[in-house]
Amino acid sequence: MLRLRRWAQLLRTIIGVPDYERYVCHMRAHHADAPLLTPTEFCTARLNARYSRPGSRCC
Amino acid sequence: MRSVRHVILWGLIAALGAGSLGRVALSRGESINAAWLLTAAICTYLIGYRFYARFIATKIFALDADRATPALRKSDGHDYVPTNRWVVFGHHFAAIAGPGPLVGPTLAAQFGYLPGALWIVIGVVVGGAVQDFVILCASVRRDGRSLGQMAKDEIGPVAGITALVAVLGIMIVLISVLALVVVNALKSSPWGTVTITLTIPIAMFMGLYLRFLRPDRVLEASAIGVAMLVGALWAGQWVAANPALAPLFTLSGPTIALLIMAYGFAASVLPVWLLLAPRDYLSAFVKIGVVVALAIGILLVLPPLAMPAVTQFIDGSGPVFSGKVFPFVFITIACGAISGFHALIASGTTPKLLAREPDAVLVGYGAMLTESLVAIMALIAACVLTPGVYFAINAPVAAIGTTAESAALAVAQWGFVLQPGEMDALARSVGETSLLSRTGGAPSLAVGMAHLFDRALGGGGMALWYHFAIMFEALFILTTLDAGTRVGRFMLQDLGGQLWPRFRDVTWQPAVWIASALFVSCWGYFLYQGVTDPLGGINSLWPLFGMANQLLAAVALCVGTTVIIRMGKARYAWTTLVPLCWLLIVVFTAGWQKLFSADPRIGFLSHANKFSALHAAGTLPPGIESLDALPRMVFNDRLDAAVAAFFLLSVIVIVVDSVRTWLAVISGRQPAGSTEVPAQSVSLFVAD
Repeated sequence: MLRLRRWAQLLRTIIGVPDYERYVCHMRAHHADAPLLTPTEFCTARLNARYSRPGSRCC
Repeated sequence: MRSVRHVILWGLIAALGAGSLGRVALSRGESINAAWLLTAAICTYLIGYRFYARFIATKIFALDADRATPALRKSDGHDYVPTNRWVVFGHHFAAIAGPGPLVGPTLAAQFGYLPGALWIVIGVVVGGAVQDFVILCASVRRDGRSLGQMAKDEIGPVAGITALVAVLGIMIVLISVLALVVVNALKSSPWGTVTITLTIPIAMFMGLYLRFLRPDRVLEASAIGVAMLVGALWAGQWVAANPALAPLFTLSGPTIALLIMAYGFAASVLPVWLLLAPRDYLSAFVKIGVVVALAIGILLVLPPLAMPAVTQFIDGSGPVFSGKVFPFVFITIACGAISGFHALIASGTTPKLLAREPDAVLVGYGAMLTESLVAIMALIAACVLTPGVYFAINAPVAAIGTTAESAALAVAQWGFVLQPGEMDALARSVGETSLLSRTGGAPSLAVGMAHLFDRALGGGGMALWYHFAIMFEALFILTTLDAGTRVGRFMLQDLGGQLWPRFRDVTWQPAVWIASALFVSCWGYFLYQGVTDPLGGINSLWPLFGMANQLLAAVALCVGTTVIIRMGKARYAWTTLVPLCWLLIVVFTAGWQKLFSADPRIGFLSHANKFSALHAAGTLPPGIESLDALPRMVFNDRLDAAVAAFFLLSVIVIVVDSVRTWLAVISGRQPAGSTEVPAQSVSLFVAD
């Protein structure tokens, strides 16, 4: 089961899915007092950033 | 003991590679097996990876596992995230691999398999992989800066702005030519049209599913999406066989072109979670799946190559595109050998994910080698077809006429064999009405792949495999097209914002709509011009795209060389100077010929002059229906010439600016001083 989860995690990172859990971990560890985005807000912000810079996609 | 084994192992790989390469290069008159080509390529890659990449890593950049990468130093949980190197490799490969390495080698097969194969294998080891790797290393040492920023910082502001404008121009040409490939693949094909159209609601369903039904279940949604894609394939077959529905989806080229423009516009203004992101997830899985399937298919079948090593078209008289093997094979195959676009990705997301500096070898150099292998496989799939079939599919109407008889006659004149019934039987077996003059490379590649898959799995499925291949090629292309249109919109908004700050606001709808419409009409114009061109469009647009891509590579190599010289490693600057000089020779020769060649099949301007003379005399050239079309074609030729001239001038600006910097640093007038972020030890940082 754990191995399956790790594979799923791997596939998600490869295709570039924003990882909310990792973001929460980071915020808790480094900016504990800053407000957290909700999962939807986080997702929207990440995707918008990804599709606004050249070099997100190639020929 | 270990070193002895090491020497023996690499000696064997070198001997095997050299032997296979010799077999590929020297066989004449007998058909050779694809296995030789594959072995030669893989052995060359292994040696390049083991020795040349390591040489650059240690001698130039001195990559250091103890030096913290931006992912570690600036770790923020979303942009900068230290990531396992195989994951970064997969991510980077999925971002760089697209339709380019599939289409280019297919078109270049008109010269025979040898010129393309040699350029792909040698070009990548000495050029393409070096470019990606050097730019990745440079960006990692500079907090993940983009190519444009590095051009500005390292060379100067003029080079920086020129690079920015050139990138915008290159994207317009790239998107239009790729869209043209899709149009030619879907023209008069109800099966293909239905399947591709269905991928759009499928992606939107996935988007809604991920947003409202089961948030974050990306893999689940992708699995459903893939299953629905298979369903779309069957639905297409069903529609194509239905006499009432089939005519509704049998569309002409211009109609499909307009629909694709509407799609590009929608993708640019709709929220990304609804269309772009789910499409990308789907496309990434399909991409990896197809690459693996193609490799397995080729390994299982090990087909003989039906195309000769070299055809007579190296003299420049080829029907697929005009121009001699030098310089045009190096323009036609960009992705797979060297592609400037990769420099944008190697200085985009990837450097922000790298956990350790030495991982850059696998990610920068290794991923490009893998893409090159994809290009070799595409070349094999195209060369599996007999030359007669290959040219009947890829030559425009102006060269082979519109009937099976005229095509067979034209092919016979070129010295190849095509039975009059052969093309009809082939078209029927793949479920199409005709395969004649389906230019653009996608249909012939799909036929080649269908052959391979069909033989690997025992036969009977040609039609399904053909449309499967068309579907994934179109899926790749549309993901480049929609993401590219959106990025183009942002770049336009940014440029417009210089004049009127409010235009930069990406949430202000009027600006979003105007910028999107403007960018779509830019590439849409070239697309429409290509679709209505009786010579097929690919003829003029693909060389333009190839030149643009190689010029971007030249810009990247200028940046790379400047970085190396300013590091004080001028004695190793040949690593980037050699491919840079080669590209400049190739691109300026090709550009000069496209502009000024007296042969109207090659030169834009002489073609324009010929057609305006014909218009003045009132004579119709073959394949053109009305005199009114001529002034438009003359204008388009002159526009293409202007675009080519603009690309060449931008590169001259950047090269001159770079050489000025190099000479200043080497002569000591400017201090070498590297602009790298100072080294910090890994031990200072703790990963999340």
